[in-house]
Amino acid sequence: MTERPDRDTTATPGGGATARRGGTTAGPVIEVRDLWKSFGDQEVLRGINLTVLDGETMVVLGPSGCGKSVLLKHVIGLMKPDRGSILVEGNELTGLDGRELKDLRMRFGMVFQGAALFDSMTVGENVGLPLKEHCGIEGDELADLVEGKLGMVGLAGASHLQPSELSGGMKKRVALARAIALDPDIVLYDEPTTGLDPIMAEQINQLIRALQRKIHATSIVVTHDLHSAKFTGDKIALMHEGRIEFVGTMDDLRNSDNEAVRIFIARGYASDHRTAWESRGERQ
Amino acid sequence: MRNSSPIPGNAIADAGAGLLGTIGRVAIELVTEVGFASILLWRSTLALRKIGRSMPLVIEQARRIGVESLPLVIMTSVFTGAVTAVQAAYQLKDFVPKIYLGTAIYKSVVIELGPVLTALVVGGRVSASIAAELGTMRVTEQIDAMDAMGIDPIRYLTMPRIVAALVMLPVLTVFADILAIGGGFFVSNASLDLSPKIFIEGMKMHFVARDVLGGLTKALVFGGIISLMGCAAGLRTFGGAVGVGAAATRAVVTSCVLILVSDYVLAVLLFKIIFGE
Ligand SMILES: Nc1ncnc2c1ncn2[C@@H]1O[C@H](COP(=O)(O)OP(=O)(O)O)[C@@H](O)[C@H]1O
Ligand SMILES: [Mg+2]
Repeated sequence: MTERPDRDTTATPGGGATARRGGTTAGPVIEVRDLWKSFGDQEVLRGINLTVLDGETMVVLGPSGCGKSVLLKHVIGLMKPDRGSILVEGNELTGLDGRELKDLRMRFGMVFQGAALFDSMTVGENVGLPLKEHCGIEGDELADLVEGKLGMVGLAGASHLQPSELSGGMKKRVALARAIALDPDIVLYDEPTTGLDPIMAEQINQLIRALQRKIHATSIVVTHDLHSAKFTGDKIALMHEGRIEFVGTMDDLRNSDNEAVRIFIARGYASDHRTAWESRGERQ
Repeated sequence: MRNSSPIPGNAIADAGAGLLGTIGRVAIELVTEVGFASILLWRSTLALRKIGRSMPLVIEQARRIGVESLPLVIMTSVFTGAVTAVQAAYQLKDFVPKIYLGTAIYKSVVIELGPVLTALVVGGRVSASIAAELGTMRVTEQIDAMDAMGIDPIRYLTMPRIVAALVMLPVLTVFADILAIGGGFFVSNASLDLSPKIFIEGMKMHFVARDVLGGLTKALVFGGIISLMGCAAGLRTFGGAVGVGAAATRAVVTSCVLILVSDYVLAVLLFKIIFGE
């Protein structure tokens, strides 16, 4: 990330990232309340509180290893918290199991940090899997739908490729297409730009923005990349030592005198490429 | 890490203690793994309700477990049969009439060697590959991704592998039995100068269906062990490429140990209690 085109903290948010919903009052879609999670004696989440409104894109910012992925995995029910609750449109998610959890998950789409494409399947089969399994769609109809989704991420005609033939950015895009296959109401992105070169990262940011306009999903984007946060988010939440220290717009963040925020911003830009490298090293 | 002692005598004691520690650790690991595998077995059994939709997956796994193991099984069983013939001829010489050579070969192959050796060679291959595949899927978040899209990894990944192995191990064992007896037959004929007629006579004389049935029951159980331990090791993988390697090793070790232990239990159960008297 050394040559990121925009390194200026005071630049205005690109792509209309500021409160795109203007004055409308939207209800909460996701409410995380006092969420706690430890692994062994390592407390990762220490009382997370976060509310995401309908149609809003919430960016959760925080350094690598602070528990952002763990938080997302709780929101989609892949991990069970030690304490606390998660409400999706007012319904408690933490106690759910089996059928109910599955139904709820079908309303979510998630883009994993490493794309997590099924490497025994082609690109088309990856994107088509949820459609085939949940809607019983097959044959030409499936192929058309898959082609449509791939078109939305700029990969029309790539459905016969194997994941191993794709570049990092293409993998992320296929993962995006797969996440929106079932037209989800809620999309979760885990570090969508981590590990990509600056140009690719920029393209993914724009794609996320464009998809948000197209599918009107409520989104949570988790990242340690301030620039990506600025570009994709309506609101920013800063995660620090297992808590959400701050929630607000990018402007609020910049003007905040919260200690953790100031440290993150000061360090964020100065060492952004360093953290990107670190996390790349950690992850694979 | 332990410090190695400067005194030679203590070094031996250290090594002894290290060995005990290792055995203890392996035992604990085995128990944990078997516990997890039991839960997996239960959940896979529940997932059987949806086997209709998973049939293509089962068939694909059956091909990978069965057909692709065939060359290995052919090699192992032909030579096992041949060796059995030579060894049996040597051990029975002077005590037992030659006609019993056919009996000895057929019995040892069908009851013991066919199922156990097939399970050990196929187990090494199949459990390691299942563990490596699922382990890679685990560490690259593919299993989380599957779960997140509302597709149950137990139904989609585990159950088809277990069903396929339960079907294919007995099938492979039948192949192995036939080839091993064939190998024994060939050697008896070619170098032990036993006429084909006498060999077959000996086989027929003491043929009982329960031997075959017992052998295939063993194969069925071994199939379950191999696939289950492969899946258990794979799903519990953590820690990148090193973790995947460790999972494959764990799968082979646990499945081989369990095959041998359950072979004893089944021998007692089948041939002493159920078929006994
Ligand atoms: N399944 C797990 N078991 C044990 N520790 C975990 C697990 N998942 C995450 N952790 C730990 O939780 C911390 C936060 O991880 P993570 O959420 O991946 O960070 P990030 O903010 O970079 O996404 C890390 O220290 C990690 O080691
Ligand atoms: Mg992460």
